[in-house]
Amino acid sequence: MSLLDVRDLQVSFGRSRTEAVRGVSFSLAAGQRLGVIGESGSGKTVTALAVMGLLPEYAHVAGSVRLGGSEIVGLDESGLARLRGNTVSMVFQEPMTALDPTMRVGRQVAEVLRLHQGAESGPARQRVIAMLDEVGLDDPERVADAFPHQLSGGQRQRAILAMALINSPDLVICDEPTTALDVTVQALVLAKLDEVLDASGAACLFISHDLAVVSQVCDQVLVMLDGRIVESGTVDRLFTAPEHPYTRGLVATAQLDRAEPGQRLPTVDDFYAGAPHG
Amino acid sequence: MAEPRADHLYRAEGLTRRYRNGGRDVLALDAVDLSLDRGHRLGIVGESGSGKSTLVRLLAGLDHPSAGRVWFEGTEITDLPEKRLGFLRASVQMVFQDPRSSLNPRMRVSDIITEPLRSRLVRRQLTDRVDQQRRLAEVLAAVDLPADAGGRYPHEFSGGQRQRIAIARALAPDPEVLIADEPVSALDVSVRAQVLNLLTDLVAARGLTLIVVSHDLMVVRHLCDQLAVMRQGRIIERGATSSVYADPQTGYTRALLEAVPRIRAEGR
Repeated sequence: MSLLDVRDLQVSFGRSRTEAVRGVSFSLAAGQRLGVIGESGSGKTVTALAVMGLLPEYAHVAGSVRLGGSEIVGLDESGLARLRGNTVSMVFQEPMTALDPTMRVGRQVAEVLRLHQGAESGPARQRVIAMLDEVGLDDPERVADAFPHQLSGGQRQRAILAMALINSPDLVICDEPTTALDVTVQALVLAKLDEVLDASGAACLFISHDLAVVSQVCDQVLVMLDGRIVESGTVDRLFTAPEHPYTRGLVATAQLDRAEPGQRLPTVDDFYAGAPHG
Repeated sequence: MAEPRADHLYRAEGLTRRYRNGGRDVLALDAVDLSLDRGHRLGIVGESGSGKSTLVRLLAGLDHPSAGRVWFEGTEITDLPEKRLGFLRASVQMVFQDPRSSLNPRMRVSDIITEPLRSRLVRRQLTDRVDQQRRLAEVLAAVDLPADAGGRYPHEFSGGQRQRIAIARALAPDPEVLIADEPVSALDVSVRAQVLNLLTDLVAARGLTLIVVSHDLMVVRHLCDQLAVMRQGRIIERGATSSVYADPQTGYTRALLEAVPRIRAEGR
């Protein structure tokens, strides 16, 4: 049985029922890493939020999302709260808004432990510091005692990673986890993510508009466009022999390092005329 | 010290900027020397906090240095008061990273784009009276936005289109220098290529001098013929873009180059 099984997921918003996700199906086995690629508005983040049960009340959800055998769609808040952090956790794009600015980082990581395992604060601190160390933060004691604004962007994102991993969830959802970071810090955080996922054996749903970033972390990829999956496959196949014209366009635009400086770059429009306009 | 020759478009000597942050002195820019000739495209790369944005803010006259001097077209702008900076405001325009925050959400696109033309300081520098409507139509066409875009508001546009609006605003006073601070880093990869193509075309068609700040070396490699690598408030490497890429002289530049994410299709 797969860890995550999404069947014909449809999400629309508000009274006008604006459709964000239009019948998406995929599954994810334990330990597998799946990248979801698409532009802003393609429905990739809404899909992730549906898996976390984090969609707002005015969202209409149809279809099925089964996580570890239990149905998420229609599950009440207390049922969702038990899953979140324990079975599934999420790393968001902007670490400054995902952390509470008034609380020391160590306490925030410990809170996840306390909520799900009722850990006492003494032993919890030991585990928090071990976890901060594991995600590659030098001087984890100091990081634990710092407030979020005293850390750099890369340190904050690794603290969030520690928070997402400390309960050893089966699935970690990463939504553009490195988009707000410098390239050097991004490389560091991606390498760390790769390492900690390997160590914990957790599955990962990795959302990004950047194919190069996805290819660093994932084995499987799906491409979303206008709320639908237009292509899926292994990273190897999809990036070397993309089939859908939109995917071909995405692969061509992502290879800035292969372009001749100053020459016209290929755009998605050269390959696929129906792309939403950017 | 000799006065700079007039053929340098920009010249800076010993440019230094200190900030006070939480009772601590932060040296954002540490005695930077720089010269840039007309028609070149200079890329400034480095990590967050390396001083690259501070440097271009000083070049654009948006901030004053703690020490050092800056000349633009042979005129020292270091400590000029705002009312005497009109010539700089008309000649040097900026495009910022995030068009969500650099465009006023309550203004129509037409008012946003023509705003620089209504500035009294800039207006005095323009040789002819500018027909605002004609200039608006011209710059909208230059950035490939529909002619009716002027009547709409920024939120009605996508991220890439908003960055085109910001570029159109920068072009409105017909500047000589365009300074772009991370112009594509808030954009989707798929939109990035379109905006980079647009910048390349505009620079060539209008003979602009371009200064691009970015943490992404591939963006700078594509747009710029000259490169300055910054670290901890200093320029640590400077040269032709192609030679710095082919043969980086510092470990830091090499690290920046290696960090650029590339598609890894051979499998993990």
